[in-house]
Amino acid sequence: MTNLAPAGAVEELPREKVDRFDRELAAIVRRYPPDRKAAAMLPALHLGQEIFGCVSPAVQQLAAHRLGTSPARAEEVATFYVMYHTAPIGRHLVEICTNVSCCLTGGERIFEALKRKLGVENGGTTEDGRFTLREVECLGACGTAPAMLVDDEMHERLSLQAVEGILGGLK
Amino acid sequence: MSETLILTRRWGKPDSAALSTYRADGGYRTLEKALGMDPAAIVEEVKKSNLRGRGGAGFATGLKWTFLPKDVRPRYLTVNADESEPGTFKDRYIIEHDPHMLIEGIAITCLALDIHLAYVYIRGEFAKQARLLEKAVQEARDAGIIGAKLLGKKDFDLDIHVHRGAGAYICGEESALLESLEGKKGYPRLKPPFPAVVGLWGKPTIINNVETIANVPWIVEHGGAAFAGLGIGKSGGTRLFCVSGHVIRPGVYEKPVHYNLKQLIDEDCRGIVGGRKVKAVIPGGSSAPVLAAHEIDVSMEFDALKAAGTMAGSGGVIVFDDSTCMVRALARVAKFYAEESCGQCTPCREGTPWMEGMIEKIEHGHGTAEDVAKLEQVAGSVMGNTICALGDAAAMPVLSFVKKFKAEFLEHVKQRRCPFGEKGWGLDQSSREALVGPVRY
Repeated sequence: MTNLAPAGAVEELPREKVDRFDRELAAIVRRYPPDRKAAAMLPALHLGQEIFGCVSPAVQQLAAHRLGTSPARAEEVATFYVMYHTAPIGRHLVEICTNVSCCLTGGERIFEALKRKLGVENGGTTEDGRFTLREVECLGACGTAPAMLVDDEMHERLSLQAVEGILGGLK
Repeated sequence: MSETLILTRRWGKPDSAALSTYRADGGYRTLEKALGMDPAAIVEEVKKSNLRGRGGAGFATGLKWTFLPKDVRPRYLTVNADESEPGTFKDRYIIEHDPHMLIEGIAITCLALDIHLAYVYIRGEFAKQARLLEKAVQEARDAGIIGAKLLGKKDFDLDIHVHRGAGAYICGEESALLESLEGKKGYPRLKPPFPAVVGLWGKPTIINNVETIANVPWIVEHGGAAFAGLGIGKSGGTRLFCVSGHVIRPGVYEKPVHYNLKQLIDEDCRGIVGGRKVKAVIPGGSSAPVLAAHEIDVSMEFDALKAAGTMAGSGGVIVFDDSTCMVRALARVAKFYAEESCGQCTPCREGTPWMEGMIEKIEHGHGTAEDVAKLEQVAGSVMGNTICALGDAAAMPVLSFVKKFKAEFLEHVKQRRCPFGEKGWGLDQSSREALVGPVRY
């Protein structure tokens, strides 16, 4: 297959991280038929975000290059899905669900109180770089609402005190 | 009414997600039985069972399976675990409590349909569930249940992979899901052709919801007729109803597919918090038209709810008590669709934020009676004019809320403010517990 992505921008990325990316990507690519490597774009960007902290244009280029597809394809995916960050964010991502069932049980109040407490708007990062806060759509935890995701971990049946306790324990 | 439990019967048992306990409880014996069956006979049992899709559309599963063209290979199975319809939270618990039931369902389905590669598309936010499912698939692979030979016996290779999404409601729509699985943004495809004919990488693909596939082992074990007998008319089996909102005990309740909505709320969920009354119920996820309190004494079977002017959808029941402002509730629903519109079709891309803006304006007391009329007009223009069902999903709540609670919208206009205030928007959780199958949360 012709390689559509130039490897140039990849040079900016730390070598050992690129090596780790390549190693772990090799296992992921095996989940798809050999002629369908580009299907691994979503997991490749998840992996890239985990290793490099965000899916910057260089990380997009890397993923596109390794999967034999165009950088445009990587960019389209990186910017379409809300879980990818194209620029660095805080050390912890705090996502509060404010969809209907969470709202009925106080999710919106928690979100508003956290904005005030952390001094950020929706999507903002605290000055010390500790937290990025944002509002998200339904997390599939409506029976145990309100819910939030902190990094990859779901917390349910929250109160503002519980949220403050959880965040207080994070560096 | 029958108390047979299919999906939740092992939930809450020690280590219920482990292969060892699943096998000790008779797990994978139905796959063994299926290995000795004619594949066409398995499909026939599923047709007879009247199993209908649990993801939202309620399409007859066995019938969908017969749409696969006879001579085209490879074929693929894709299990939809994107679970993101607001008010829906059942598939995650199947994966948490009994993932091998899902894997056995996948194996039997693939055997019946001559499919050798299956993907479970799981929403990105379910990181924990994705890990649990990957672990269970690996256990099945290591035990020789799947892999080169099914159960180490039948000369039938099968592999199953978990594919994580990355945060997009639209990817629960089956053709957007396929685009996403192919490594692209989730833009729905025009149908026809349907995925059963032209699906993943252009090949015939069956897409079924997690709960749908999890029912397959029971159907093959007990026979399609037994499953059909648990339901009514053209809908067989039990179903996982997810109840959230202002009920005393929210949760996931496995009930016959035609269970009564009022009974579910009043008895199983023990009624409404604070001694208040029901004002409205969304019966099948936030896309389903809302029911007013006097309309909820109804069977939740697909066709019965359709006759009641709404839909059974994904089984997500959201309950609002009489302190809730329906304009504010609709504003939040509308915001969701505006956020999640993929942007491909103009009526949805432009219509959803327009509707959200008008509802917000009315909620905050700046709306006019013309805005209320315009809102209905815009919803009517989005409806039916988009490639996928998201446009309809955004329009249906608007049309039903305005139709059934018009007086509330007009009261906002008249008083130039929201007459309800903050009541109903911050229920104390500390005294509440949820019941998920037999498990207390």
